[in-house]
Amino acid sequence: MRLNRPITVAALAAMLVLATAACGGGDGRGSGGTITADGSSTVGPFTTKAAEDFKAQGGVDVTVGISGTGGGFERFCRDETDISNASRPIKDEEAAICADAGIDYLELTVATDALTNVVNPENDWVDCLTVDQLKAIWEPGSKVDSWRDVDESYPDVPLRLYGAGTDSGTFDYFTDAIVGEEGASRTDYNASEDDNVTVQGVAGERGGLGYFGFSYFEENQDRLQALEIDGGSGCVAPSVATAQDGTYAPLSRPLFVYVKRSSFDDDENVRDFVAYMLDNGQTIAEEARFVPLSDARLAEEQAKLEDATS
Amino acid sequence: MSAQDPTLGQAGTLALPRRRIRWGEKLVQGILFLAAAVSVLTTVGIVVSLLVPAGEFFREVSPWDFLTGTTWAPLFEPAQFGVLPLVVGTFVISLLSALVAFPLGVGVAIYLSEYARPRAASVLKPALEILAAIPTVVLGYFALTFVTPLLRDLGVQVEIFNALSASLVLGVMLIPTVASLSEDAMAAVPRDLRQGGYALGADKLQVSTRIVVPAAISGIIAAFVLAFARAVGETMIVLIAAGQLPQITFDPRETIETMTAFIGATGNGDVPTGSIEYKTIFAVGLTLFAITYAINLLSIRLVRRFREVYE
Amino acid sequence: MLFAMVVAFGTLAVLLVDTLVTGWPQLDAQLFSDSPSTQPEEAGARPAILATLYLGLIVLLLSVPIGVLTAIYLEEYADRKRWWNRLIEVNIQDLAAVPSIVYGILGLAFIVRGVGLGRVVLAGGLILTLVVLPTVVVASREAIRAVPDSIRQGAFALGATQWQVVWRQVLPAAIPGMATGSILALSRAVGETAPLIMVGAIVYVAFDPTLLGPYTALPVQIYNWTKQPDPTFQTLAAAGAIVLLGIVLSMNAVAIFLRNRYRKQW
Repeated sequence: MRLNRPITVAALAAMLVLATAACGGGDGRGSGGTITADGSSTVGPFTTKAAEDFKAQGGVDVTVGISGTGGGFERFCRDETDISNASRPIKDEEAAICADAGIDYLELTVATDALTNVVNPENDWVDCLTVDQLKAIWEPGSKVDSWRDVDESYPDVPLRLYGAGTDSGTFDYFTDAIVGEEGASRTDYNASEDDNVTVQGVAGERGGLGYFGFSYFEENQDRLQALEIDGGSGCVAPSVATAQDGTYAPLSRPLFVYVKRSSFDDDENVRDFVAYMLDNGQTIAEEARFVPLSDARLAEEQAKLEDATS
Repeated sequence: MSAQDPTLGQAGTLALPRRRIRWGEKLVQGILFLAAAVSVLTTVGIVVSLLVPAGEFFREVSPWDFLTGTTWAPLFEPAQFGVLPLVVGTFVISLLSALVAFPLGVGVAIYLSEYARPRAASVLKPALEILAAIPTVVLGYFALTFVTPLLRDLGVQVEIFNALSASLVLGVMLIPTVASLSEDAMAAVPRDLRQGGYALGADKLQVSTRIVVPAAISGIIAAFVLAFARAVGETMIVLIAAGQLPQITFDPRETIETMTAFIGATGNGDVPTGSIEYKTIFAVGLTLFAITYAINLLSIRLVRRFREVYE
Repeated sequence: MLFAMVVAFGTLAVLLVDTLVTGWPQLDAQLFSDSPSTQPEEAGARPAILATLYLGLIVLLLSVPIGVLTAIYLEEYADRKRWWNRLIEVNIQDLAAVPSIVYGILGLAFIVRGVGLGRVVLAGGLILTLVVLPTVVVASREAIRAVPDSIRQGAFALGATQWQVVWRQVLPAAIPGMATGSILALSRAVGETAPLIMVGAIVYVAFDPTLLGPYTALPVQIYNWTKQPDPTFQTLAAAGAIVLLGIVLSMNAVAIFLRNRYRKQW
């Protein structure tokens, strides 16, 4: 029994075309000018927007992963990425690993964040929480399971928690600022490195409470409610203004991009991209719904870049 | 039914003069053996890749704590490594989906085997194959965006990520597996048995359920067990729709986390080798592998035990 | 019985209709021509679709030869009394039952890390090959077994060597069965997500993938879009699902067609 000739030939031809397309055009990371970025899922959308705009201007391709701030640094210090996005500064241990591996880097602040606590829109009994209340909810071993436990005037609705996973800079920052110790948190909540999952959770669950970067709230304003936070001087709502002037305390924080020194020095594309990110940072931040750097801050960072280039 | 060379004779001695093309045959045999070796290497690879890091893991965490602990918080401070919540989560989902797939699968099989006319069967069987071919990521998406809201509309208070939606969809996904294997088992039942039943005055339903199904029971059980094993190993549906909250609960409306979801969420290619995070993937992976392996061994034993011999 | 049929096929119908209806608005040329984007209105799945096709090609080129050769070995050459041959047989049955995510773990440990290939298309293709290899072997074995022994004996009687018998008589007769099995296995490989997540199909890849470059495959892209709460992305996910279903179902249709067309009457 012979297979139908024309069909076989056509199939083989199609495969050949695909194969040549796959093999042509490049042979690995870093060559042909691909820039690799990874890290924080908070900062990720910023870098992704920058990458899109950069490419539209004729720049090279940039891939952006979101393994979390910690995961990003681990790859960064293993020389696997050019850029590491971070929603908290690099830890001493991580810096040591990088130093041991001979990885030198540039630390740049690209935007500010107002770490936002969100609730399901149906939770109309609450619009402001104190830091102490948040701490009581999120600290290790917490037994706060119902909204009534948070405040007696609230209804007895089960508290459903959604938050960041442990590889997330958001997690580190939140636990440090609210609970008082980095990494200290109760464990019985729906934890995900991907903040989108947290959005889905809180938006879909009455009684839901979660936290993530400001841009995720801005993107989903119609299905979430942001809480005002009382850090000791009254309830303050997260916004561009309060994040920039620091009144949204203690949850306003800088967002970082770490650039590998060797990539920066050797690869013109990396220099172009980083410069592009800073120079257009305010626009990118607005497009991606981040809190842009103030003019003064931006000037500082640009000066850093100047020093590094010279 | 293999093509053993008939010229070799009983004791392996050549009955005819040596052929000229012998070395070609040897070469071919060598290549074929290598091909077969790939599968062996794969298994070795799986076992080694699981055992070595898992071994390191168990040097840091006692197996007893791992297997009996009731809190799974490996990456928090203080870390807790009790795998039970994940195992319970996996089993809750697998059992629920089994409850869906088994009766429906056997029902479909009985219909196809005993009732359906050949024309109907030739349409329905491919339709069943289509159901089996749907990628699990699409099913997961369906569970999250259609089934969960549907359940809520029907008044079932499920959390946004819950075990029930995932189980229902997973169960439906497994119907073709149960159905096709059960149907094969039923088709193997000799017609005489059925004829005997009809001769005694039984109707179709009685013949199907009282004669055919019991006769085919070994195949049907094998189908059940296989489907259960597949449910245990399923990742995408639970990853998208069941949640990432490891807790021991038997209420399917709540959020849980399965072993597979943990591995999928944690091991996204960026985990650094040697970290405790990395090792938890392998410890849980080993547990998963051991469980599915045991279930499969069980299915083989069951098939052997219940096999009825005809004629 | 009827209830069972209704539930099974009803669900299938509902799923297909729901996906189609949801995804329709975004099912346009843009899906095929554009790359993913943070703006859903501008997003497409082109790199993912291409990567999926490449992965399918790799799986086809690797799993079919290895699988068929293994099946030939087991059916035509292996002496069942030898322990190593029985080991291979049992082994393949076991491998068929291993969850696909465990293959992902294997891939992570050996192919991405061990050999150092990295998170590239080739690595993904290799792992998917291993996932479907047992299926190809089993299907090929069935096809070979279906060839009556008389064909072989006749060829031997005419003086053929073992390989000649296999190559000239058994294989051609078994090809339709093997083709069907291979295509079904391929369609499964194309729809697999879990192993690819483990070996790092990245989130945001806005350029056409190459063999040794970073990539994201269509199922993974759909998964990423599903996680986004913005409804436009959900629609995109559905549109992506339509494309994926299209690819998978057409492969299945080809397989079924082959099976029906070339059903041999011995």
